[in-house]
Amino acid sequence: MKHSLVCKIVDILDLSDRELVKLSKINVLALSLIEMKTIQGYFAKLKRNPTDVELETIAQTWSEHCKHKTLTGIIEYIQENQEGKIKKIYNNLLKETIFKATVELNKKWCLSVFEDNAGIIEFDSKNGVAFKVETHNHPSALEPYGGSATGVGGVIRDILGVGLGAKPLANTDIFCFGEPNIKDSKVPEGMHHPKRIAKGVVSGVRDYGNKMGIPTVNGAVYFDNGYMSNPLVYCGTMGIISKNKIKKKVNHGDLILVVGGKTGRDGIHGATFSSVQIDKKSDLSVVQIGNPIVEKKVLDAMLKARDLNLYRAVTDCGAGGLSSAIGELGAKTGAIVYLDKVPLKYDGLRPWEIWISESQERMVFAVPKKNKKKLIEIFKKENVEAALIGEFTEDKKLTLIYNNDIVANIDMHFLHNGIPKLKRLAIYKEKKEKIQKSVDMNSLEILKALKVILADLNVCSKEWIIRQYDYEVQGQTIIKPLQGNNIEISGPGDAVVIFPYSIVKNTKKGIVLSNGLNPQYGKINTYKMAASAIEESLRNAVSVGADIEKIAILDNFCWGNPNKSEILGSLVRAANACYDISKAFEVPFISGKDSLHNEYSVDGRKYSIPPALLISAIGVIEDVANTVTMPLKDEGNKIFILGITRNELGGSVFSKVKGFKNGIVPSVYPNESRTIMKKIYQTINRNLIESCHDCSEGGLAIAVSEMAFASGKGVYVDIDTINIGVEESLTTAETLFSESNGRFIVEIKPKNVTEFKNLIKDCVFAEIGYVRDDRKVVFESRKNKIKVQEKSEVLFNSWSGTINW
Amino acid sequence: MKKVKVLILRTAGTNCDYETQFAFELCKAVVERVHISSLVERKDRISKYDILVFPGGFSYGDDIASGKILANEIKNKLGDEIKKFALDNKPIIGICNGFQVLVKMGLLPEPDVFRQSSTLSYNDSGKFECRWVYLKTCKKNDSESNCIWTKNLPDIISLPIAHGEGKFIPSNKKLLSTLNKNEQVVFKYSTKNGDIPQYPLIPNGSIEQIAGMCNAKGNVFGLMPHPERYIFSLQHPAKKGFNKKYGWGKVIFQNAVDFVK
Repeated sequence: MKHSLVCKIVDILDLSDRELVKLSKINVLALSLIEMKTIQGYFAKLKRNPTDVELETIAQTWSEHCKHKTLTGIIEYIQENQEGKIKKIYNNLLKETIFKATVELNKKWCLSVFEDNAGIIEFDSKNGVAFKVETHNHPSALEPYGGSATGVGGVIRDILGVGLGAKPLANTDIFCFGEPNIKDSKVPEGMHHPKRIAKGVVSGVRDYGNKMGIPTVNGAVYFDNGYMSNPLVYCGTMGIISKNKIKKKVNHGDLILVVGGKTGRDGIHGATFSSVQIDKKSDLSVVQIGNPIVEKKVLDAMLKARDLNLYRAVTDCGAGGLSSAIGELGAKTGAIVYLDKVPLKYDGLRPWEIWISESQERMVFAVPKKNKKKLIEIFKKENVEAALIGEFTEDKKLTLIYNNDIVANIDMHFLHNGIPKLKRLAIYKEKKEKIQKSVDMNSLEILKALKVILADLNVCSKEWIIRQYDYEVQGQTIIKPLQGNNIEISGPGDAVVIFPYSIVKNTKKGIVLSNGLNPQYGKINTYKMAASAIEESLRNAVSVGADIEKIAILDNFCWGNPNKSEILGSLVRAANACYDISKAFEVPFISGKDSLHNEYSVDGRKYSIPPALLISAIGVIEDVANTVTMPLKDEGNKIFILGITRNELGGSVFSKVKGFKNGIVPSVYPNESRTIMKKIYQTINRNLIESCHDCSEGGLAIAVSEMAFASGKGVYVDIDTINIGVEESLTTAETLFSESNGRFIVEIKPKNVTEFKNLIKDCVFAEIGYVRDDRKVVFESRKNKIKVQEKSEVLFNSWSGTINW
Repeated sequence: MKKVKVLILRTAGTNCDYETQFAFELCKAVVERVHISSLVERKDRISKYDILVFPGGFSYGDDIASGKILANEIKNKLGDEIKKFALDNKPIIGICNGFQVLVKMGLLPEPDVFRQSSTLSYNDSGKFECRWVYLKTCKKNDSESNCIWTKNLPDIISLPIAHGEGKFIPSNKKLLSTLNKNEQVVFKYSTKNGDIPQYPLIPNGSIEQIAGMCNAKGNVFGLMPHPERYIFSLQHPAKKGFNKKYGWGKVIFQNAVDFVK
């Protein structure tokens, strides 16, 4: 059968409400009735029906993925707890929480926030650093390798497409999967086994990142069966850009040049599909096909062209393909595009398919006519496809031509601003948290729990994954993801530091990257989850030497179906935490993304994922020489803890392992915690700290054990000296495994102890032990007659044995 | 003093070119990164350089086998010029993917023969790995390396590796004994004390732990580890190096620059 290549007129003027909904569903437009009616109204005014190209263009532009209509829509929010009800109307949740904090903080060093393809902060007087994190969840569920690879490829293009193009320096990758050892019979029909998804996703990230020559340096993996059919794949890229390349501007008369990959039928409806639940019938053609070498060629060539000032604007083809890229660039001018001039992978694409295909490795440029020849010559030299496909106009219309026929002609204003505001109801019912029954365990039981937690999927070594990534390429990863000698032995680093010496000559500065994520807390309290994720990301950055005054953060919400008011309520609550904590720590958000509709159906029942907020932190440090790692360094050095240990076992790994139902989820105490972070920075800069590690998943006992086995040394900790919360009483086990935020373990040389104590006298701290010369890890409470001891090597083996596929 | 000119040859998928350029510049050389398509247009340009570099990366995606497509392309389009460069006793280095290219076009181990006689194949572990390793520097009569690139190094150094196809396999035993006899084996994976290591200290299962090798004259050098990623002590996992500032990788680039001078 021969495909009909002409565009079709879609009859919508005469459709009933029901028929409009049906039309949206059949064509994967993912538009609501109100939206369909708005479109109907627009074309009624034009006195004609839309073409399929026009309808698809509007659907892609108005997709949740591109427009974030839930977070920017109207939300009627009701919060219920014991004290009663609070009601609030949000006209734009994003602007009234996350973005508001950034505006109020008004940091001079934020160079570009929430406007371009990535956020940019100042690196030095001449350069900025850009950071963006994206999700690629649904494609990774259907085709793990291709889904994650194109996730990486896509976010790299965001960095290439920020301003006039930044040079990528590092990638980050964070995943949530179902538990990998689950029985086949428990995996829903038509879904991949979580282990297969995990392995496929890791391979995809590895192949794309490594072949791009961008080190994959920071990440996290979180296992929970709530992500079995709907894994989460977050991909981030950081890049460096000269300050005078941050602004882009499109002039009418500029030519539209598409560069890189050819266009095919892969990735049709990716943008709209991301708002549709996954089930066993989901179509694979929504997944894009990646080729890193094509993108690497684009990168090499375009940075050359950028430095010769040959173009005025650039953006990437991501979700929505050319439709979204050209739609955005030409929003204020108008554009005319000749679809038959787009280079195709093969014949047979209909005009609308060419326009919305999400084929990979494509960038779109606005080129002044006089530079046309020179620019195309550069791409040709590097064997990169480059085709002129149209021109930016001044009529503020989007006009698409195919074989001399006009196949679309709509107003840019309607396309970008015509979307009706969504109104949704959000309800949050606060769950009451109760302290668990006092946990009494003897020394042997504690030791056993320690080993089980070290081996837990969410604590154990991710070395099997990390070492498949070339985290050293570009030679700039001076604080590495695995710390220790990286030959025989390594432990989990808190954050990484990139030293961009080959790009910024003679610099001493570095860029720190870290993250925070804990969906377990969110199952009980999404406010505390969000607050903890932010604090954890900051703690991680500070642990290696970052300055809390020079850190910015990114938010990535992955939530279930926002049409369900309780799910949306939990999101509003988390967004409130983002505002509060960002303000309190004076750490601005610079970019973010939400992936809602993470819902899947099994046997007709719908399931939403456990909400997950990933916070990614980026900071600039003055002198890369003043950075520290987490392994213990020398026998005889003293061990200190900063911060307060409270009875906070809600959502902890210990609770999970012991099967507790109750427990208080850790809170964040910004004043307490920020002071400590400032002091740590000061003391690191005076070279007083030998090693530093934050307490997170698993608690204090895990943090101390990791510091010991990462260096193969021993350590003694006197549990009775640890500061616990006022009016709280904690048993030994609770003290060791509580996950209270705001705590750091540091190692200090005996000769520096006095100076160190002097500097941190405003913080809550305690000297709790020392580094031993016998390779034994010992936790002792004389008060409770408890002595837990084990060789650090044995603990290392518990930690490193779980993931070895 | 003479300006030493370095040519870094790049193509689709090359990715260690910036840091390699920096390493040579740190040693006061003048460096150009040139795309193979420009070089093919002006073959005569090659002889104007003093040092030739095949950097790391995934040339053409390492499709078919690592380095194979670029090796064939170079041999077909620039074979005579490259061979002359090697036989003129000018320094050539291939790092990681560059080493794979040198071996697969046959410039190593015998540039005068210029035929592939060994290979670099998949790691025994079956996967790509990034880590640091100990390397034993093989020295002539236990005093100095036969290779011009690896003079002035301690007996054991550490460098990072990052590859999926780094297992060196010679075509036959005779070749292996020739390599040993001519002191062409430059680096061997080892333990901290110089003993024969187990996985993961030998990350790929290379025959006789070979990590780097040179031609008999010692000017053409290929290795899987990345010396350009350890030019500063800061880049070392424990920030160790020499003269409080540099990493041992720098010495390798310095040696070649000094050799030309």
